[in-house]
Amino acid sequence: MKKLVLSVAALALTAGLASAQTVRMGTEGAYPPYNFINDAGEVDGFERELGDELCARAELTCEWVTNEWDSIIPNLVSGNYDTIIAGMSITDERDEVIDFTQNYIPPAASAYVALSADVDLSGIIAAQTATIQAGHVAETGATLLEFPTPDETIAAVRNGEADAVLADKDFLVPIVNESGGELVFAGEDVPLGGGVGMGVRESDGELKGKFDAAIQSMKDDGTLNDMIKKWFGDEALVF
Amino acid sequence: MFSFCTDPDALEGVKWLSCYLTTGKHQSMYWAVGTVLLLLAITAPAALLFGFGGATAARSRFRPLAWFGKIYISIVRGVPDIAFFLFFVIALDQAFEWVRHQVKCPDWDQEIWQGNDFRVCPEAKLPLGNAAQWVHETYGFFLAVLTFAIVFGAFAANVLYGAMQAVPRAQIETAEAYGMTHRQSFWRILVPQMWVYALPGLSNLWMVLIKATPLLFLLGVEDIVYWARELGGSKTAQFTDYPHPDWRMWYFAALLVFYLAFTRVSEIVLDKIMRRLTKGQATMGGEKQRKAAA
Amino acid sequence: MSCWDTIADYGLRSLGYGERLLPRSDFTLCQQFTLIGSGMIWNIYFGTLALVSGFILATAVAMAKAAHNPWLRKPAEWFVFVFRGSPLFIQFFFAYFLFLSLKSSYPVLAPLTAAALGALIVLFLNTAAYSAEIFFGALQSIPKGDVEAADAYGMAGWSRFRRVIWPTMLRLGWPAYTNEAIFLFHATTLVFFSGFPTTKQQGDALYYANYFADKTFNPFIPYPILAGYFILLTLVIITIFGRVNAHLNRHLPQAGRSRIRLRPQLIR
Repeated sequence: MKKLVLSVAALALTAGLASAQTVRMGTEGAYPPYNFINDAGEVDGFERELGDELCARAELTCEWVTNEWDSIIPNLVSGNYDTIIAGMSITDERDEVIDFTQNYIPPAASAYVALSADVDLSGIIAAQTATIQAGHVAETGATLLEFPTPDETIAAVRNGEADAVLADKDFLVPIVNESGGELVFAGEDVPLGGGVGMGVRESDGELKGKFDAAIQSMKDDGTLNDMIKKWFGDEALVF
Repeated sequence: MFSFCTDPDALEGVKWLSCYLTTGKHQSMYWAVGTVLLLLAITAPAALLFGFGGATAARSRFRPLAWFGKIYISIVRGVPDIAFFLFFVIALDQAFEWVRHQVKCPDWDQEIWQGNDFRVCPEAKLPLGNAAQWVHETYGFFLAVLTFAIVFGAFAANVLYGAMQAVPRAQIETAEAYGMTHRQSFWRILVPQMWVYALPGLSNLWMVLIKATPLLFLLGVEDIVYWARELGGSKTAQFTDYPHPDWRMWYFAALLVFYLAFTRVSEIVLDKIMRRLTKGQATMGGEKQRKAAA
Repeated sequence: MSCWDTIADYGLRSLGYGERLLPRSDFTLCQQFTLIGSGMIWNIYFGTLALVSGFILATAVAMAKAAHNPWLRKPAEWFVFVFRGSPLFIQFFFAYFLFLSLKSSYPVLAPLTAAALGALIVLFLNTAAYSAEIFFGALQSIPKGDVEAADAYGMAGWSRFRRVIWPTMLRLGWPAYTNEAIFLFHATTLVFFSGFPTTKQQGDALYYANYFADKTFNPFIPYPILAGYFILLTLVIITIFGRVNAHLNRHLPQAGRSRIRLRPQLIR
């Protein structure tokens, strides 16, 4: 079977149980630039680079795993991997079930994208099923149109099924830039969630501590900001 | 893949396409075809085994076993397979780990259920925390096969149950008259004869099984549909050397051809088997063959 | 809030009546039962309408497939092959694309891109193809004697079809057709899962089960509830089809009845 996943360091196959356990990093692999599968079929993106750096700093052996977004939290609490690093916004709902490290991306805006800037944002708004954006649209009173994947939400705006799409701005920026003026941002940005953090099990306090410290050290020496700029552009929010 | 693929931006036409279609990601998709075929090859006999067990249990003269068989058949048949797949794999995984935990760590003093977390001792984890990636993938594949086998086993059990009932009573009575025990008449008379009655149902089940493979991605196995969706979605130049708009249409068309071809081949093979099984049987089909040959 | 209030608020939520917002915190079992049950309305809607309309087309296609005239037989064979040979969700995908392009050239056809009509058409064609194959198999196994007897009575054409061939075909195909009906209702869960977009959070049972699984992060409550509803629905289908079967076989002696019932035909 083709390996989707590469271990970061050589696997300690021969080492006994007493040695450091491998930390399995769960991600979605379908949300550029946060995480995606590159041409070579490997997990790539901002979070891949960040995760590898964090593991190096925390002196952990890490491995990458992809999982469907819908079941990403149940599989974490069930122990199939040890962290979620998948562009997951820190929300109260999620915090009740899992723990988050401190955020590694500052609270970022979500934005509307439409075919023209003066579109009526109380019309039909597309969003990906089960995202905070979908919840937000339902609350604004606009007609929510839900699609299983982010790609389909953009396609729905292009073909006129929806008036606009609400999604993470970082996800939308490259799409708008490459659409050649077809797609534009509309309305105000919407701040949602408390930034993006890594999810860990509530009972995994030790692991959370290690990653917290590693993120803090990257914030302190500025490498995190450089990395954010590299992947999200110079205008991205930094710490 | 090819030597001229180093700078995809400069390529055009067939050359571009040949580079594009041989990226690592596309190779993952071609591997996935193998994965799906392998899964089908393992699942079909496994489901048949489950089905045989279920049907035999449902016919059992031992009441609780008969109830168990009938409940298995009717409950699993009553639930949409997709609903089953959405929670069953996690449940199965937890059940295995719970059992291993009870066996391997009897002295463990912490709760297994800590709030929302499911935690067994490290020795009981499946696969072990330090296992290689291929072990994890094999384990995931095994869980998928088991889930498929349980679900389709129930349908197979239903078919086989009907087939066992359809074997003419007189055959069993004759066996009894010859002094065969219940067990002997079951294995020597009933089982060999039931296949011809079961085959139409089983071959349809096989067709349904083929078409259920797109649900594999729910079970954590990256199948062809997962890759078709992933590869077909529009790609911006920032993250790939081969940017393209939404091409899912073409990928899904390829899948359509794959499934239709697979169905056609299956139909032809199953037709052959049916003709073989019908030979010499006291059914209308068998009679027809006899007359045609004469 | 008592459970009755919840039922009043969310009982018809899948059709757009009652509370506009779905529950967002403090999820109760009652809410899960009510909303998933409310979603079942769509499953029953899709299943029932597709089954009834598909039945008529299936009879026609089965007759066409059994016909000597290749102009009738070939299209029927291809129709059955394409719809039986491809996964339902690929059919949904292509249908949605087709309906979108139809909509842009003919605005009258706009309702097609909504699940209520578009998905129904796909399910209708799909079940018609599967049922046609079952009925075709049944047609082939109609005892020659029955048809000869009809001929001897001087029946021909329409009256022979209506009074002999059609009832016998139904009787032989019915057990398999029961299975097909069960499968069809199960297949309705795919409509919003991988086919058509969900508007205003008005989805089917699986949509709401998925919603709760996502919000509570616990798949072990909503999906078993969904399973429970479907087991009930399956029991209802089996009961209704069993009644019809008894009616179809009413002229046969008791023993013969059970023999036909248990003979395994095609299952989907």
